[in-house]
Amino acid sequence: MDDSLETKEDAVLRVMNLSVDFDVKGNNVSILSKVNFGLGLGETLGIVGESGCGKSMTALALLRMVPSPPGKISDGEVLLNNLDLMTLSQKEIKKIRGKEISMIFQEPMTSLNPVFTVGNQLVETILEHKDLSRADALKEAIELLRLVQIPAPEQRIKEYPHQLSGGMRQRIMIAMALVCEPKVLIADEPTTALDVTVQAQIFDLLKEIQAKTQMSIILITHDFGAITEMADRVIVMYAGYKVEEGTLDEIRNSPLHPYTQGLLRSMLVIKPDSSGFKMPLPEIPGSVPDLLNRQPGCPFGPRCSQATVKCRSMPPNFNLGFKRSVKCWLVDNGRVE
Amino acid sequence: MKQAIFQRIFLGIVMITAVIILNFFLLHAAPGDVVDAMLAEGGGGDPELAARLRASYGLDEATHIQLIKYLGQVFRGDLGYSFYYDQSVTELLLGHLPTTLMLTISALILAVVFGTLFGVYAALKPKGIFSNFVTVLSLFGYATPVFWLGMIILLVFALYLPLFPAFGIRSLPEPEHAVGRILDIIHHLVLPTFTLAILYLASYSRISRASMLDVLGSDYIRTARAKGLSETKVIFKHSLKNAAMPVVTLAGLQLAQVFSGAILVETVFSLPGVGPLLYESIVRRDFPVILGVLFGAASTTIIANIITDLIYKYMDPRIQSIT
Amino acid sequence: MTQPNKPNSDQIFSSEEITSEPDVKWQDTFHLFCANRAALLGLTFVCLFVLVGIFGPIVIPADPFEMVAMPLMSPNGQTLFGSDYLGRDVFVGIIHGARPTMIIAVTATLVTVLIGITIGAIAGFYGGMVDNVLMRITEFFQVLPPLVFAMVIVAVFSSHIVVVILAIAITTWPTEARLTRAEFLKIKENEYVTASRAIGDRNFRIITKIILPNAMPPLMIAITLRVGITVIYEAALSFLGLTDPDVITWGKMIGQSRDFFFEAWWTVTFPGVAILLVVLCIALIGDGLNDAFNPKLRGR
Repeated sequence: MDDSLETKEDAVLRVMNLSVDFDVKGNNVSILSKVNFGLGLGETLGIVGESGCGKSMTALALLRMVPSPPGKISDGEVLLNNLDLMTLSQKEIKKIRGKEISMIFQEPMTSLNPVFTVGNQLVETILEHKDLSRADALKEAIELLRLVQIPAPEQRIKEYPHQLSGGMRQRIMIAMALVCEPKVLIADEPTTALDVTVQAQIFDLLKEIQAKTQMSIILITHDFGAITEMADRVIVMYAGYKVEEGTLDEIRNSPLHPYTQGLLRSMLVIKPDSSGFKMPLPEIPGSVPDLLNRQPGCPFGPRCSQATVKCRSMPPNFNLGFKRSVKCWLVDNGRVE
Repeated sequence: MKQAIFQRIFLGIVMITAVIILNFFLLHAAPGDVVDAMLAEGGGGDPELAARLRASYGLDEATHIQLIKYLGQVFRGDLGYSFYYDQSVTELLLGHLPTTLMLTISALILAVVFGTLFGVYAALKPKGIFSNFVTVLSLFGYATPVFWLGMIILLVFALYLPLFPAFGIRSLPEPEHAVGRILDIIHHLVLPTFTLAILYLASYSRISRASMLDVLGSDYIRTARAKGLSETKVIFKHSLKNAAMPVVTLAGLQLAQVFSGAILVETVFSLPGVGPLLYESIVRRDFPVILGVLFGAASTTIIANIITDLIYKYMDPRIQSIT
Repeated sequence: MTQPNKPNSDQIFSSEEITSEPDVKWQDTFHLFCANRAALLGLTFVCLFVLVGIFGPIVIPADPFEMVAMPLMSPNGQTLFGSDYLGRDVFVGIIHGARPTMIIAVTATLVTVLIGITIGAIAGFYGGMVDNVLMRITEFFQVLPPLVFAMVIVAVFSSHIVVVILAIAITTWPTEARLTRAEFLKIKENEYVTASRAIGDRNFRIITKIILPNAMPPLMIAITLRVGITVIYEAALSFLGLTDPDVITWGKMIGQSRDFFFEAWWTVTFPGVAILLVVLCIALIGDGLNDAFNPKLRGR
């Protein structure tokens, strides 16, 4: 039985077999390989992995924003309430972007256009999706800034991005994403560029808004700390594959894939020992595989300490229960997702 | 903001003073002085008369006193007298500068506007035919001498296909209506402006393509797309202004160069601008006029630089708050 | 907490990396350049032009100032590119004009670059007041329209070839100065510069041996392109008649035919094509260098 593939009524977004290929000097390179997941109402799904594992590409692919050329979505379905986003026309997908599914990015410093005021960029988003007068849109923009807890919004709205701090700009980005009360918010490393205290504030804000609006969030990050803070469920990605999926508890307390285990070990709490020297953090030996020259078999194999002969062939996603799967021969129970 | 403008204007005045000082020393280095020129026009004279005239012009005084007097003179608008043209240099300049400025400015505007549009269009398909065309165009724009291009354009569009007049700025006799006269001047200016504009257009199109490619890859364009904005808005609102900025900066910096180009073009098309005036004065060794042209050209550039600075500040809000 | 006296392992091991890091990868650049067909074509033509400049007048020893045909003869068997208004052979003029064009362009570029790099390096390296003063001077030279200023210099002093070269250099060095300064400002922040300061290198050594080699890639591109610009600049001065009366240059050939080109297109077309070709080939080399130094920005 395929629990994780079964349609649940709470699934806002269902992603099936999503694959992205890049054309690198005439070679077809697979950046994302048959990724599956679902997203429930009001749920926060964390996608975690090293840089280059395809997590940002997943986000871009959901909104069909893969840079093309050289990239293209080669396969898969993305169902938003049973509407397949992959089959929409350019015009239709534009109506989804920013309205049904919004996105915020890693670099609040550069994600806002430097030559327009904050208000201008907010109002333009509102006018794109709503049939309002300019004055009403401006009022709504101020309300949105209030929602994301920006002090003195009437003043801020006239300012340019460079006049604001990083945390402030990320709040603006969030406000912009909330214009149409989207069903899904994709947050791609939303706090990586920010100070630790500001990070916590942004997460609190997101949780608060989520509680109010029942919005679902996809949080993309390389930082397991952020995942612990925010996520209900977690997907671990490696080299364009989903290698493990489970609830936050399952992933944190009983990780099954050797890569997930390594990832968790490398971020254990650092305790200074008595001599005053830091213990070196255990790291995963090796580095992310060169996607141009993929070896057959398990993508993590060459770096895996528990690899066996079996790992020379590609492991399937073994299903361990509802929305719980591992792509590793070690857990071979014969139930393939 | 206001303070920045004043600072900029003050610096401009210092620059103009420096140009005057440079002029003064060049005038001193030049062979012969006003008196020689005067006497030469009158067919030579005796040394006693020359000495008397020198004293009356203050040419026997110490250099620094002459310099101070010269500065005062220039700031009062007196650039000396041309005995060849029998006119004051200031009047001569005011008569010739407008043509040159019209040519320079219209060519620059054409080059900036179309250069930017070409570059933006090419950047949308970086491997397309048009993008390659921009590359080739920019190579030829770099390699073609402007005066030669003017001659070739004259051969083609005035001699073989007589669509445009070959020389001057007005037809003889002039059309009667004012509108007709203006159209006539425009008709005369088409080829020279085009000649001057196309070379700069070529280089600007390449620069704006590069900056447009940068902008299109930037995070804020990704944001604009993620917000669901239409592609027209993404390109014309969010990209164009940012992509045009390097071109505007460059155009401001190159103003003095374009002015030089205009002088060559005028010489080819026999337009009554500063070019032929300068050329004629060099042949006649009429130094007050030669240096007057240098002064006029430099001050125009200084003023124009201040204006482009202000435009740039208006376009890019980041600069306003820094200065 | 880390003990203050314990040397940090990073500091011990990274010093060697520091000195090896800044080296520009000349070999890669060379290979990339050689793989660029357009650039090689340009290089070949420029070499050909240099050969013509050196050996042309020996192979075709005819005097370019001599009247050998009827005035304004169109191209024919006797005069390959026709004759000008004085009956001088245009083809011979082009061959003999290559040498002065080449000499003036190369020397003027060298002088320009020498002034520009010196001033830019000093301004960028020392910064502060020195930088401020030098940059104001640079700006001053930039507001003087180069051609007008050069015309004035030649008119005031003389049209001797040395004056022409100096006039070109004096009016164009600010571009190189600004570029050098910008590169120096960027490079002097690097750790290897701090390192050589720390071991007590003298400023002159740091400027010439440490920073300058690393500023070379953009400067080399600029210098290459400058040669082409100088060829055109010199042609413009010659076109206006502001050049040594004893040498023949391509610009002068065009300038002298100004009043006759409606009757004889060949008198201006061929010398102009010569200029265009040479400068175009220099541009191809410049583009090739640009692509070779910045492979990621290819085609910009």
